[in-house]
Amino acid sequence: MRTHTTRRLLGALSVLATLTLTATACGSDASDTGAGDSGPKDINAALEKGGKVTVWAWEPTLKKAAEDFEKKYPKVDIELVNAGTGDKQYTALQNAIAAGSGAPDVAQVEYYALGQFTIAKSVEDLSPYGAQRYGTSFTSGPWNAVTEDKAIYALPMDSGPMAFFYNKKVFDKHHIKVPTTWDEYVEAARTLHKADPKIFITNDTGDAGATTSFIWQAGGRPYQTDGTNVTINFGDEGTQKYAATWQKLLDEKLVAPVSSWSDAWYKGLADGSIATLSIGAWMPANLTSGVASASGDWRVAPLPQWTKGDKVSAENGGSSLAVPKAAKNKELAYAFTEFATTGAGASARVAQGSFPATRADLESKAFLDTKFPYFGGQQANQIFAESARNVGADWSYLPFQVYANSIFNDTVGKAYVSSTKLTDGLKAWQDASVKYGKDQGFTVNK
Amino acid sequence: MTTSMTTASTEPTPSPTGPRAAGTTTPPRARTAAPTRRKRRPHTPLNPRPSIPLTLVTGLVLLYTLLPLAWLLINATKDQKGLLDSFGLWFADDTHFWDNISRTLTYDDGVFVRWLLNTLLYVAAGAGGATVLAVLGGYALAKYDFPGRKAVFAVVIGAVAVPGTALAVPTFLMFSNMGLTNTPWAVIIPSLVSPFGLYLMWVFAAEAVPTELLEAARIDGSGEVRTFFTIALPLLVPGTVTVLLFSMVATWNNYFLPLIMIKDPDWYPLTLGLNAWNAQAQTAGGEAVFDLIITGSLLTIVPIVAVFLLLQRYWQSGLAAGSVKE
Repeated sequence: MRTHTTRRLLGALSVLATLTLTATACGSDASDTGAGDSGPKDINAALEKGGKVTVWAWEPTLKKAAEDFEKKYPKVDIELVNAGTGDKQYTALQNAIAAGSGAPDVAQVEYYALGQFTIAKSVEDLSPYGAQRYGTSFTSGPWNAVTEDKAIYALPMDSGPMAFFYNKKVFDKHHIKVPTTWDEYVEAARTLHKADPKIFITNDTGDAGATTSFIWQAGGRPYQTDGTNVTINFGDEGTQKYAATWQKLLDEKLVAPVSSWSDAWYKGLADGSIATLSIGAWMPANLTSGVASASGDWRVAPLPQWTKGDKVSAENGGSSLAVPKAAKNKELAYAFTEFATTGAGASARVAQGSFPATRADLESKAFLDTKFPYFGGQQANQIFAESARNVGADWSYLPFQVYANSIFNDTVGKAYVSSTKLTDGLKAWQDASVKYGKDQGFTVNK
Repeated sequence: MTTSMTTASTEPTPSPTGPRAAGTTTPPRARTAAPTRRKRRPHTPLNPRPSIPLTLVTGLVLLYTLLPLAWLLINATKDQKGLLDSFGLWFADDTHFWDNISRTLTYDDGVFVRWLLNTLLYVAAGAGGATVLAVLGGYALAKYDFPGRKAVFAVVIGAVAVPGTALAVPTFLMFSNMGLTNTPWAVIIPSLVSPFGLYLMWVFAAEAVPTELLEAARIDGSGEVRTFFTIALPLLVPGTVTVLLFSMVATWNNYFLPLIMIKDPDWYPLTLGLNAWNAQAQTAGGEAVFDLIITGSLLTIVPIVAVFLLLQRYWQSGLAAGSVKE
């Protein structure tokens, strides 16, 4: 029942999003000139003067960052607003920017969605505020995601290098070795499902974020963006490698038809019927709070490889903090963004369970030595940190990835519910994305 | 069935069959009394012929309606762990019902209570205001003749046909320009307009308030305002309660309007708040609180169920008014 309403609602929202996307495309000039760079950015003066900073974010550890910031700068009032999660927040943000009022001073934007706001010039370039000095503070994946040429459109808040989470109890029971390649993974899927038809190696009903991450890891680079020149091509070798392997799983019905993040998903993770997850390094927090009953069952391993012996990883999820051009007090907004994403602010958030995008935190001994009782005392951060170092370079998302992801289930999603092949689905996704890009005024090549 | 028929044929006189059978107690007829009894009992509209398929369908519908409610009640007794580990339609090993309620009310600094108060405010101001406006407008349209009445009628009927969802985006842009988004006004003001309520009150007032009565009042020297409050209003009570009930349910369940208007969780109604808790489970690092969502949902429907039970007799008489010639 609930999913049904959500579906319908999402449908309505995506219409809204499309409407507003068009609106911003037309109205971007106004917000561009309206902001105006007024001399040097005196952040300290702004901090002394004080004021209110509205932050739209859903990331839970920002609460701690806001408290610490207010303690340090008593004249500044941080108002944390959860304006929705993911695309719901982007829709709201687009609406507020289009309407010319109600935009926050700081907004959480996932890396995949940032392009939508940078291309419309609706977020502030943070380099004049001094953000360029953090060039080497962040790991390369997230840093590449927030920078374009010399502009810095946001500061990385967390990251999601991928790792392989598996239910050791289930693996042990059925004598399965942890797969190191995706071929072994498919084998493991077969063995598991044969041994107990209720057990699936993983769940998948078509998830744009996961698919792009797998393609990323396989070496595919379907999206290339250079300003308004965009290339979309799912024909490359990496993509084909991913599609061929995943097609096997789908053909043999080896993945559970359960959507990630649903209550059924949490249930599957708890009772062992979903035996593994290949997902971002932020997952431990969700497992610990959401699947408490399976504590001790799970372990972490490096992501299976496409070629034996390789050590390649990819990012899955992760968000940045951006300052919308429509922000009222940009100096203060930047000050908070800087505080929450770097230095002590970032470390405090990492201590609360956020996965770092900062090298210092990622390499700190305390972080690497942390034992996870949930994973039977395993020092899982060492695996995550290595994954962060091995993230494949040069990945980029589309400037309209939010839209592209919203049509994923209408195109690639068919491979999960009908006899459509994944490659055909990807082709359909490519065509629909190309068409949308052209309609939005991009030069799109296949 | 068979047993009762045999009893009836062997013992002619007894009559569990009612007055009719008692009146015809001659022995020869008695043999057939039982089978024909069914035929002779007239099937009036108030005593319709029982139909097995219909009963089955009704039973299914009943099950379909009650099952989610039963599920909600059962699962409100489980904690997060129990929800994932136990069968959905039966209780877990241990019950957490009261614990769940207290946690729902205190989680995240008691934000649920705040949402409950917000919802009450929206319902009181929005649905209450909508009812007042509908009663005043409906009465005026039914009982006063003035130029443009037909135009008003056309507009109202047209407005009933436009779904609120279609108006959401324009309404949002309008309120945004007025700087009213993110304030309670953005939810209350649109809720004040209820074309359906107006139409209902209009039809109801036309039937329930005899024009002759108003004329009599005027002749006796009563002013229009006094006439309305002392004569018309008491007659309009059933209709008013109906409209109130409709607007209350609509405002209580309203989701889309607050969704686009309100970004500040401090002004969320319960519908949005519960959804925000649900969305929390769908984010990296977010805490899954399905147990609190379920208990919260249960708490959310309790007031509306109570209101419905209290007001439903008015509602029934209200809807039936004017449907039969008296």
